[in-house]
Amino acid sequence: MYNALIGSLEAGLIFSIMALGVYLTFRILDFPDLTVDGSFTTGGAVAAAMITSGLSPLLSTVTAIVIGCLAGVFTGILHTKGKINALLAGILTAIALYSINLRIMGKANIPLLNQETILSQMNALSQSLFSTESFAILIGIGVLVLLAKLFIDWFLRTEIGLCIRATGNNPRMIRSFSVNTDNMIILGLAISNGFVALGGALWAQYQGFADISMGIGTIIVALASVIIGEVLFGSRSIAVATLAAIGGAIVYRIVVAIALRVGLNPSDMKLMTASIVILALIAPKLIAIIRKKRKKKYRSVISNVNSKMEAK
Amino acid sequence: MTPMLKLSMIHKSFNQGTVDERVALNNIQLQLAEGDFVTVIGSNGAGKSTLMNIISGVLQPDEGTIEIDGRVTNRMPEYDRGRLIGRVFQDPMAGTSPAMTIEENMAIAYGRDKQRTVRIGVNRKRREMFKETLETLHLGLENRLSAKVGLLSGGERQALSLVMATFTKPKVLLLDEHTAALDPSREQIITKLTKEIVERDKLTTLMITHNMQQALDLGNRLIMMDSGTIILDVPQEKKQNLTIQGLINEFSRIRGANFVSDRTVLA
Repeated sequence: MYNALIGSLEAGLIFSIMALGVYLTFRILDFPDLTVDGSFTTGGAVAAAMITSGLSPLLSTVTAIVIGCLAGVFTGILHTKGKINALLAGILTAIALYSINLRIMGKANIPLLNQETILSQMNALSQSLFSTESFAILIGIGVLVLLAKLFIDWFLRTEIGLCIRATGNNPRMIRSFSVNTDNMIILGLAISNGFVALGGALWAQYQGFADISMGIGTIIVALASVIIGEVLFGSRSIAVATLAAIGGAIVYRIVVAIALRVGLNPSDMKLMTASIVILALIAPKLIAIIRKKRKKKYRSVISNVNSKMEAK
Repeated sequence: MTPMLKLSMIHKSFNQGTVDERVALNNIQLQLAEGDFVTVIGSNGAGKSTLMNIISGVLQPDEGTIEIDGRVTNRMPEYDRGRLIGRVFQDPMAGTSPAMTIEENMAIAYGRDKQRTVRIGVNRKRREMFKETLETLHLGLENRLSAKVGLLSGGERQALSLVMATFTKPKVLLLDEHTAALDPSREQIITKLTKEIVERDKLTTLMITHNMQQALDLGNRLIMMDSGTIILDVPQEKKQNLTIQGLINEFSRIRGANFVSDRTVLA
């Protein structure tokens, strides 16, 4: 049980990096970017291919981020210059990436067992400093996630960051203030997919292999994390919202672990995740409708009482 | 002296080559000298908004040139023209970013004519500057710098839009019925602010209005548009003595028809 909890925390933290990326597009840019299903795998593929060919894990991971950014740029150009619908632009890139990812990996699966990875380096560092490996990965990834969160919090407060936020919020207004919204969308997608690719690179190193299908459903898992986070922790400010995305990713992982424990099949997880997202998207509207109906009922009761009183 | 804004032979029609073809602007010639404050009135479909959109780069003219401060801006995209042109829209929701705070919106306005970088948008020095500027509105916005703009009333948002549009003293200020969506008391406040800001900064301004009294009270020149052309151009000396009835009579005299607009406020 204890190990399962630590495992959920570690997995949740890695996925939270990708959730932060999706938060940037989905919430800040108001751009439903489906590129991530491809760029998550790309991150894992690049890192695994480079690590197995003997390159340093750090360099491999950084390269994965850069390639992820390029994927985002491609989707951004399709949408802004090619005038392709946002959803379609993302799907097109994701489909194209499937072939590219296979090219990068050379085969459908690259095992990373017995390879030096960022995570094994974290363990080794912890061993040499504190002569223990326990919590090394948890703390190491935790620090990375914290840095990622602080980066986004900082970036969205810079002059360019403000323009990206306004692009998602009121594009007409921000154009009248001399901002090229196309460039802001491309930049936002690049950063977002960089984060997603970093998540993929770390996930491949964590689970010990990169797989061509590891990215399927990434967008839904990330969305679930962002939405769960918003419901549980709120979204008053950017700093709260990024924290919420991280919290949401961790909670999501714990929910998955519990669902598996009570006997749900691992293959049912995607159905469960989709259900969570659907519920979270529909619930606010349903609640609003129910409230309205109740108010109507209440009003008709009152007017009934009033008319009866008048009759008397 | 080169005019601050110069439109030459502007022609624009929509749905060209179809049965629905409609000429929106027909051979528009207009020059604004630096510091000119021109009010624009006209019936529905006269081409007032199309004129604004052509100047700001939202629409491209079919023919003619647009010059701002001596530069031909025809090929300049809308966002680039944003460096030269300040705009306030009719919709109070349109000129600000509701999910961002007052000071963040001000920081965006501040960056209009500058290279934007990864410096923090709102630092202490700028916050002071934003505060001082907002104080001139006397709406108390200076005490709510970290409030989300979405929480402000329509009038407050429009006042903020006006301050933001004029913050970096643009070459040309375009006001597109910016008081039309407000209730009469708010309209008065925004009209007064507009006058103060434009006169203080000597901004070259083109203001569309649906309110004839406002068109007469504000600015040093008035133009009337109809069916895509400028039919009347009243200089300051004549404008001072003009009344609403006088304007309507002018219109009937020129067009041989009655001035019709479902939105024009006559009183």
